[in-house]
Amino acid sequence: MKKWSSLALAVMLSTAFALSGCGGNNNAPTEGNASTPTNAAATEAPESTTAAETAQDTLILGRGGDSASLDPAIVTDGESLKIAHQVFDSLLEYKPGTSEVQASLADSWEVAPDGLSYTFKLHPGVKFHDGTDLDAEAVAFNFNRWSDPATEFKFEGDSFDYYDSMFGPEDSRVIKEVKAVDATTVQFTLNQPQAPFLQNIAMTSFGIASPTAIKEKKENFKNEPVGTGPFVFKEWKRNDFITLDKNASYWKEGLPKLNKVIVRSIPDNSARFNALQNGEIDLMEDLSPDDLSTLEGNSGLQKIERPPFNVSYLGFNFKKKPFDNVKVRQALNHAVNKQAIIDAFFSGQATAAVNPMPPSLWGFNEGIADYEYDLEKAKALLAEAGYPDGLPEPVTLYAMPVPRPYMPDGKKVAEAIQADWEKIGVKTVIESPEWATYLDDTKAGEKDDIYMLGWTGDNGDPDNFLYTLLDKDAIPSNNRTFYVNEELHTLLIGAQKETDQAKRSDLYKQAQEIIKADAPWIPLVHTTPLLAGKANLKGFVPGPTGTEYYSEVYFE
Amino acid sequence: MNSYLLKRVMVLIPVLIGMTIIVFSIIHAIPGDPAETILGQKATEQSKQALREQLGLDQPWLQQYFNYMGDLLKGDFGTSIRTKTPIAKEIMPYLAATLELTVASMLFATVVGVNAGILSAWRQNSWFDYTAMIIALVGVSMPIFWLGLMEQLIFSLKLHWLPSIGRMDQRNPIESITNLYVLDSMIAGRWDQLWIVVKHLILPSIALGTIPMAIIARMTRSSMLEVMSSDYIRTAKAKGLSQFFVVYKHALKNALIPVLTVVGLQTGALLGGAVLTETIFAWPGVGRYIFEAISSRDYPVIQTGILVIAFIFVLINLLVDLLYAAVDPRINYK
Repeated sequence: MKKWSSLALAVMLSTAFALSGCGGNNNAPTEGNASTPTNAAATEAPESTTAAETAQDTLILGRGGDSASLDPAIVTDGESLKIAHQVFDSLLEYKPGTSEVQASLADSWEVAPDGLSYTFKLHPGVKFHDGTDLDAEAVAFNFNRWSDPATEFKFEGDSFDYYDSMFGPEDSRVIKEVKAVDATTVQFTLNQPQAPFLQNIAMTSFGIASPTAIKEKKENFKNEPVGTGPFVFKEWKRNDFITLDKNASYWKEGLPKLNKVIVRSIPDNSARFNALQNGEIDLMEDLSPDDLSTLEGNSGLQKIERPPFNVSYLGFNFKKKPFDNVKVRQALNHAVNKQAIIDAFFSGQATAAVNPMPPSLWGFNEGIADYEYDLEKAKALLAEAGYPDGLPEPVTLYAMPVPRPYMPDGKKVAEAIQADWEKIGVKTVIESPEWATYLDDTKAGEKDDIYMLGWTGDNGDPDNFLYTLLDKDAIPSNNRTFYVNEELHTLLIGAQKETDQAKRSDLYKQAQEIIKADAPWIPLVHTTPLLAGKANLKGFVPGPTGTEYYSEVYFE
Repeated sequence: MNSYLLKRVMVLIPVLIGMTIIVFSIIHAIPGDPAETILGQKATEQSKQALREQLGLDQPWLQQYFNYMGDLLKGDFGTSIRTKTPIAKEIMPYLAATLELTVASMLFATVVGVNAGILSAWRQNSWFDYTAMIIALVGVSMPIFWLGLMEQLIFSLKLHWLPSIGRMDQRNPIESITNLYVLDSMIAGRWDQLWIVVKHLILPSIALGTIPMAIIARMTRSSMLEVMSSDYIRTAKAKGLSQFFVVYKHALKNALIPVLTVVGLQTGALLGGAVLTETIFAWPGVGRYIFEAISSRDYPVIQTGILVIAFIFVLINLLVDLLYAAVDPRINYK
């Protein structure tokens, strides 16, 4: 043992000695590399040298996190849905770059006049990646899998959260029955009309999976998904990369244009940007606004903006005095300088929010003016409310302890607001408990006077913002203001039952007027997520909900 | 020696049980409703209730602990809440990635650190000694985050010598068998791939290995200086043995004990630094596995991850103790 170990040590140390020479510092590896600089340059070729010669047909995308699972029905996180979006098609889809619905697996559909029945005609001849046919039975199988609480295809730990939240939990399902009329006709019967039904059906979560694959792979299906989408799942190394191959027999003519897509998880924003500049990836998500100037100075790269589809806000706790007083709420609305906040903390990559929903969503009321930043008006309103010298008690403002897509640094923004409010005689104590406690506290509404929170849209329907966040039915799950307005409630419920989109749009515009006047919130900003890609990358249309088709992407 | 080994291993059992209790208590002391935090604002009450039942959160504390221990003994580490996959199955590739990075970093740290220490001691007060010790001083206080990004900036962006992230070239992927890519490329006989894998290892192992390297260099230097001034070295020199032989054969062996301790401790400490390195270099290792679990409140993964790391730490300590005996016959454990 002794002999062996000293021999081994001697060998190791003498090689080390030879290798390191006198340069006992960081130079060693670079010296080793310098002997084959051409080789290194060839494998990690920067885009300028070789890209022009052979058209590139592989896209390497860098993103911040990994997927949780590849079965879209059981997940709620965007990173998972992004991949599912490539592998699965839904009956309907959103038009690229918008939240408008258009045909996908269903070529056409008919709605019964009472809104209780939808009949979809499927695109003929579509096949799943495993070679089986997409037919009406397959569609029915998927919907039954999600709705039947006793289904044998719900595996350990799975829950179909999006199905429950879009089509009602077990005791109040919107969809009564899904049945195959013939091979290409599938009929949905509803228990009650649901206006956003088509919007909901188009969500990636309701991508149609191969029944054969689910039956065969069982719980492994979430690691080896099989759909009808433009790309076929190939390999997944967790927290590292996902490889998707071209679906050579994709039913949409001429698509996909790429041969292969590799999606890498690169958590650090700066490292991801370094990798893009170094040519190791072709496209990256979530560029730091700080890196914007470097990006714009690099002619080999391009900036891509995703339309804002979120909102961050301050919510008044109606359970606490004096925030049940509309004058006080309006006064505080007047005392927040949104533009200054955007300039200071968002590098300009945000727009001031006027309404509780983003302007890119249909039904947005353009006619509403914001409470302008005016401290005199704020003081006057406070005086009207009976507080000529400002509020007697300090206000407890809950500021988020964690960065969110709609609010990168809640505490700093809260401090800016604190300074503004100080000027109208409102003292603020900022509290920022740990995230779980934060959510519990704001839900209980006992500790906070005003809280900061936000929301990213799930689908392209205003209902998903207005009803979900401000209706009395949403107390206390998402409506943590405890704001109740019966008139608003009637409007929002009415809009849910109306199937004519123009009429619904009017209802939502009215709803926004009521909300503006009642001022249960101070809407803060809608953020614009930034992406960056190689300059020769074309056909990438950023989608508001954070999912895009890579099928139209190509390199020039 | 064998009875010592046995005794030493037996001691591990209460240590490991203690670790499970501590980890379990910490996780359960975190305030808030785990079901709500895990599933997020969008979840329904039903799925939250289902999750509570699945996690056994509706049972008494002690019952939960015994269930947990029972499962552990059966080799069942639970199911990840986020990915809904058994942890025992999921954790292996992460462990392999971390192992590869740790070994490379320690190789760098030990080889460079020990040699720099020896040379510094051998040529005490020379320019080399001063330079090496200044580098060591800077190295200890270098934030991994900053160092990693600087490396990327210089060696990838400016010089194009080395890749900045990941474990391999995605455009020319490697078939993984053991998940240790150095080994995999050798098994496949792909020497070009091996070179690419090694290139991917260089920057992260320097980032991760710099602090241990500096500490090891300083420890080796002081330990060598002490040994070099002892009588038997003077005797050896007087016998006319070559300088190299005296330093590397006679002096080093006796100077190695404290160095070994430091190497062991630093290897354990690497596991902590690995989270940062793995994040910057997009290295899919255990550090990031745990980090992501923490941000998504994946309690079973956090528990298992911390236990695994603690277990490795204990194992390294055991290994160091055994190495003492191997290196120095005076250490007798009877």
